[in-house]
Amino acid sequence: MTDSMQNIYLAIPLAPLFGAIIAGLFGWKIGRTASHLVTIAGVGIAFLLSLIVFNHIVIDGAEPFNGTVYTWMVSNGINFQVGFLIDKLTAVMLIVVTFVSLMVHIYTIGYMHDDPGYQRFFSYIALFTFSMLMLVMSNNFLQLFFGWEAVGLVSYLLIGFWYKKPTAIYANLKAFLVNRVGDFGFLLGIAAVLMYTGSLDYAEVFKQAPSMEGKTMEIFPGHAWSVMTVTCILLFIGAMGKSAQVPLHVWLPDSMEGPTPISALIHAATMVTAGIFMVARMSPLFELSETALSFVMVIGAITALFMGFLGLVQNDIKRVVAYSTLSQLGYMTVALGASAYATGIFHLMTHAFFKALLFLGAGAVIIAMHHEQDMRKMGGLRKYMPITWITSLIGSLALIGTPGFAGFYSKDAIIVAVKNSTLDGSGFAYMAVLVGVFITALYSFRMYFMVFHGKERMDEHTREHLHECSKVITIPLILLAIPSVVIGAVFVGQMAFGGFFGDAIFVTEAHKISADVAHHFDSWWGLIIHSLADLPVYLAAAGVFVAWFLYMRRPDIPEMIQQRFSLIHKILINKYGFDRFNEIFFAGGSRMLGTLFWRVGDEKLIDGLVVNGSAKSVGWFASKFRHVQTGYLYHYAFVMIIGLLLLLTWVVFR
Amino acid sequence: MITLADYLVLGAILFCLSLAGIFLNRKNVIILLMSIELMLLSVNMNFVAFSAFMQDIAGQVFVFFILTVAAAEAAIGLAILVVLYRAKHSINVDDMDSMKG
Repeated sequence: MTDSMQNIYLAIPLAPLFGAIIAGLFGWKIGRTASHLVTIAGVGIAFLLSLIVFNHIVIDGAEPFNGTVYTWMVSNGINFQVGFLIDKLTAVMLIVVTFVSLMVHIYTIGYMHDDPGYQRFFSYIALFTFSMLMLVMSNNFLQLFFGWEAVGLVSYLLIGFWYKKPTAIYANLKAFLVNRVGDFGFLLGIAAVLMYTGSLDYAEVFKQAPSMEGKTMEIFPGHAWSVMTVTCILLFIGAMGKSAQVPLHVWLPDSMEGPTPISALIHAATMVTAGIFMVARMSPLFELSETALSFVMVIGAITALFMGFLGLVQNDIKRVVAYSTLSQLGYMTVALGASAYATGIFHLMTHAFFKALLFLGAGAVIIAMHHEQDMRKMGGLRKYMPITWITSLIGSLALIGTPGFAGFYSKDAIIVAVKNSTLDGSGFAYMAVLVGVFITALYSFRMYFMVFHGKERMDEHTREHLHECSKVITIPLILLAIPSVVIGAVFVGQMAFGGFFGDAIFVTEAHKISADVAHHFDSWWGLIIHSLADLPVYLAAAGVFVAWFLYMRRPDIPEMIQQRFSLIHKILINKYGFDRFNEIFFAGGSRMLGTLFWRVGDEKLIDGLVVNGSAKSVGWFASKFRHVQTGYLYHYAFVMIIGLLLLLTWVVFR
Repeated sequence: MITLADYLVLGAILFCLSLAGIFLNRKNVIILLMSIELMLLSVNMNFVAFSAFMQDIAGQVFVFFILTVAAAEAAIGLAILVVLYRAKHSINVDDMDSMKG
């Protein structure tokens, strides 16, 4: 049994890789249909095998598997290995990744139908699936980092998929650079782990983690910092880059320049949640530093609240969903900060389904509108696209946390966890997530009403061609809508309130709030009843109502608010000036520094002084000294005699 | 009584004359060759003087060698001079500065 399971573990990442290689290298030869068949087959196999793994690990409750597949090298006693750690956390991630990926693959057949880069696209997304699987299945930091960088690379390739579009190229460069900042922190964090434990293996590091507690390090002389705090914050900086937390969030909205399936798969459901997964995986480390947890929570709260505000003023349908993703990632991060790792992962899972659904729904709308993304030119699509309409409604309801839908359970669990947290900053975080609920409902339903209801604001030509998309697009929508409704109720008891993840997630006794809350939990139905006596549901309802009132009833009011509070509107439109600041300070600064090095360092010092300078000085020296060579024999003879005399004098009088 | 020192002084004077001939001569390559010959002769003078003083015949044998070589050298030098004159139509020392850097 173990042997066959091991083969299954190995096959899960390799199947998509195989598909990616076939479609990538031989796509031109085997054609479009074969390319999408081979990649879908790869991902489909991975999904089926993930189901087997889920059954084996979670339902049969088998022991977690932790083994090395291949030793890459051993250097100075440190093993660099490719290995798998398959526990319940991994099993859940496998299902999420492969399922969403499979849906997106199928959806892509319809979405990219006329694109000349069809095979390339399939190759990339299969490659992405492989990288993401390597990331979540890893049992050591090195492989985690490999997966981390590989998904970053594919993300870069896919944001710039339409490489002739200057904005796409700008966006993918931006994503790449911002992620470098995060990865730098991440790499330093891994280095710190290696320095203090001498191992890259999770099990070994976690075993040694308690001994690191209380140790201090001096980065700047005179400032002793806790090793654990520094390590965790460095690792979290990596998560901030990948999971787009303030202030490294700037790349995610721009990444919407890529094709919509990518936005759904990479920039909503899976890759951006890698940071959340990583922190949950590192829970034995993070648990030992309350400072780091507070930091995580505050960053998450800021992201959850302030990125939600930005969603209110966007008119591009994809950008609204993008800001919503940012905000939801903030929620997950808050959960991590509150030591409710399981809840964070639970929200990650539900979010993956309904956010992928929302993105794919937005993509369906975009296709139907002939690649128009401006919501001001939509409206009333409900009657033209019934399936897209109903699935998007389900997605939106799940997102805002309507009782009964998936998002409700996970979001409620996060709010409860934050409420019960005693860490510094938890008060602020609690306020932020509560206000966030209202904001989420407001922007989600603003988008929903603007797109599917109200006046039809598109032009005549577009209206005539409006129709529901083909089956390859609607079927993934339906398949994603199902878990968006039910998955929360199915797993809430175990994941948010029970010890679902077992040993995969470690929480110290002092931080075990989930356990306290669990006593109040009886069933998912009880949770719904209970929530009706609580604030978040009413906040969400208020948000929906306000959205309905402002955008359906009195569309003149938003206009008025915009004019009355033009300053705030301007700040929001400018995204708090993060982009401007980065543009001026970091981009401009590094350009200035570059110019300085170019003009002074390179042109003056190296070219001027060292290269040309040495040549010139030789030339000058020679021009002076060649006058010594007169060409007259008697001068030479004279010099010879002088030399001889000096030599003789030296020999004689020495 | 003529002592060894007198011979050596004579040799030195001859050597210095020839040296001055090389340095101060600005006209003629032939004078240059003559100066070199004179230089060799001054050395021969020393050889002979020391040979007589030390009662050792080897010094005088050396003088013969040097005279032979000097004769050969003079022949070659003059031959070069002829060729040089044909090429440059001058044996003026100041014209021969093609070794200048």
